[in-house]
Amino acid sequence: MAFDVQAVRAEFPILLRHVHGKPLVYLDSAASAQKPRAVIEAMTRAMEHSYANVHRGLHTLANETTDAYEGARSKIAGFIGADPHEIVFTKGGTEAVNLVASGIGASLQPGDEIVLSEMEHHANIVPWHFLRERKGVVLKWVPVTDDGRLDLEAYQDLLGPKTRLVALSHMSNVLGTINDAKALARMAHEAGALVLFDGCQAIVHKPVDVKDIDADFYVFSGHKLYGPTGIGILYGKAERLAALPPYQGGGEMIATVTRDEITYADPPHRFEAGTPPILEAIGLGAAVDWLAAQDREAIAAHEHRLYARVRDRLAGANWLKVIGEAPGKGAILSFTVDGAHAHDVAQILDRYGVAVRAGTHCAEPLMRRFGVSSSARASFALYNTEDEADAFVDALTKTQAFFA
Amino acid sequence: MSDIDDALTELRDEFDLLGDWEERYRYVIELGRDLAPLTDAERSDANKVRGCASQVWLVTEPQEDGTLRFRGDSDAHIVSGLIALLLRLYSGRAPADILAFDAKAAFDQLGLAGALSSQRSNGLASMVQRIRRDAEAALAA
Repeated sequence: MAFDVQAVRAEFPILLRHVHGKPLVYLDSAASAQKPRAVIEAMTRAMEHSYANVHRGLHTLANETTDAYEGARSKIAGFIGADPHEIVFTKGGTEAVNLVASGIGASLQPGDEIVLSEMEHHANIVPWHFLRERKGVVLKWVPVTDDGRLDLEAYQDLLGPKTRLVALSHMSNVLGTINDAKALARMAHEAGALVLFDGCQAIVHKPVDVKDIDADFYVFSGHKLYGPTGIGILYGKAERLAALPPYQGGGEMIATVTRDEITYADPPHRFEAGTPPILEAIGLGAAVDWLAAQDREAIAAHEHRLYARVRDRLAGANWLKVIGEAPGKGAILSFTVDGAHAHDVAQILDRYGVAVRAGTHCAEPLMRRFGVSSSARASFALYNTEDEADAFVDALTKTQAFFA
Repeated sequence: MSDIDDALTELRDEFDLLGDWEERYRYVIELGRDLAPLTDAERSDANKVRGCASQVWLVTEPQEDGTLRFRGDSDAHIVSGLIALLLRLYSGRAPADILAFDAKAAFDQLGLAGALSSQRSNGLASMVQRIRRDAEAALAA
């Protein structure tokens, strides 16, 4: 299956936009990706033709919407090699981590250990800090090497009899490093610990098979996966989800409620209190359908070509420092420009029509690890072109001249 | 016309001499470089204005004549330059004049539209809020 970037671009209406009179060059997909027509239309169609609350009514629209909502769950399950009842809809990746932290935390004792890494996003740090504060859990940190890899020897040494859970990024949102999730999971399991992966970035750029990885939990958000905001996925092995207490209470998550007691619904509905993000789930279902129909290997190769092109063209730039050069990394370029703050760089690039992220990328421990207060980040997606890669390099070179 | 309006007119005249956005931004960066830095002690948490991408600090010094003197600083050049502009407008003014002034409209007039965006990454909008808050407090005192 060939990959035609122009054909793909034509499916993303927003890419026709101009910014400050220049064609938009959107290099901030790691923060949130743009949406193809398939997603926009699926959500619009639902609202225009077939919408009601799910699981409740007995009328036609309720049945159709429930089918669409549960159908989306099946699509997403198929996308990652899971069973539908192992897929919990959340409002985002962040809520998915919080749900697991809250559920697992209930049974943790003071002194129990959770292993994280220095490359985690705050979404995979702060919920565990809650357990440190509330339950006396000890957080252990896998160090990151100078080129941006996890230090696997140190990881092995951190795993011990008190390790209850390992929570690691499958792909770093700053470094672009893709971790060997299968090996990390095996090591965690050998130590008797459960393992959760933050797959928000990885799921976008490579096929993920949660059973092959043998993840206990795998979380990701919809909006980075070319789907809508307000929806995220928690995958949990059936027995792991069954062992978790409910997260929020409300309608839909119970089996029976009396004045004196309640019994809970089985997973996944136990974790979906209240009216869920119905349209967003339908939109995400459309997104994974759309992505699964593409040649994902060709997409990964395309994204890598863009990254390599930028890296080559900037190879001689002695004013540029790149953070994260792990072998086989994904198409994320984090960098600092001598004499300029990342905020300066992003603001000037914006005037040239180039959208990048600047700041700490919700990864302050990682920023500290590399001794920078902030960095700029250009992240490439399937709809970016070589012309855009060149436009970015040209704009960055001009930007640097402002501060030279 | 308050002093603050006069200061804006003066700034507008300066900016009218500048051409395209590149010249305007170069000028703003220059203003940022010329901004007197705060001391390490003044770059305190108490003086820190909430931002994300860059850090911004503001020192408010009430004067005997009832006006407010402001000094500010940032670790980013463009933000520092925009702070320099804000200080030229706001510093040394009476609290009532400060509260009557629309900084966002002023930046639009200078061709710097968007500089005071509501994004939390941009500490400037928060800086204007804090200046206004301090002016309100001074009026109430």
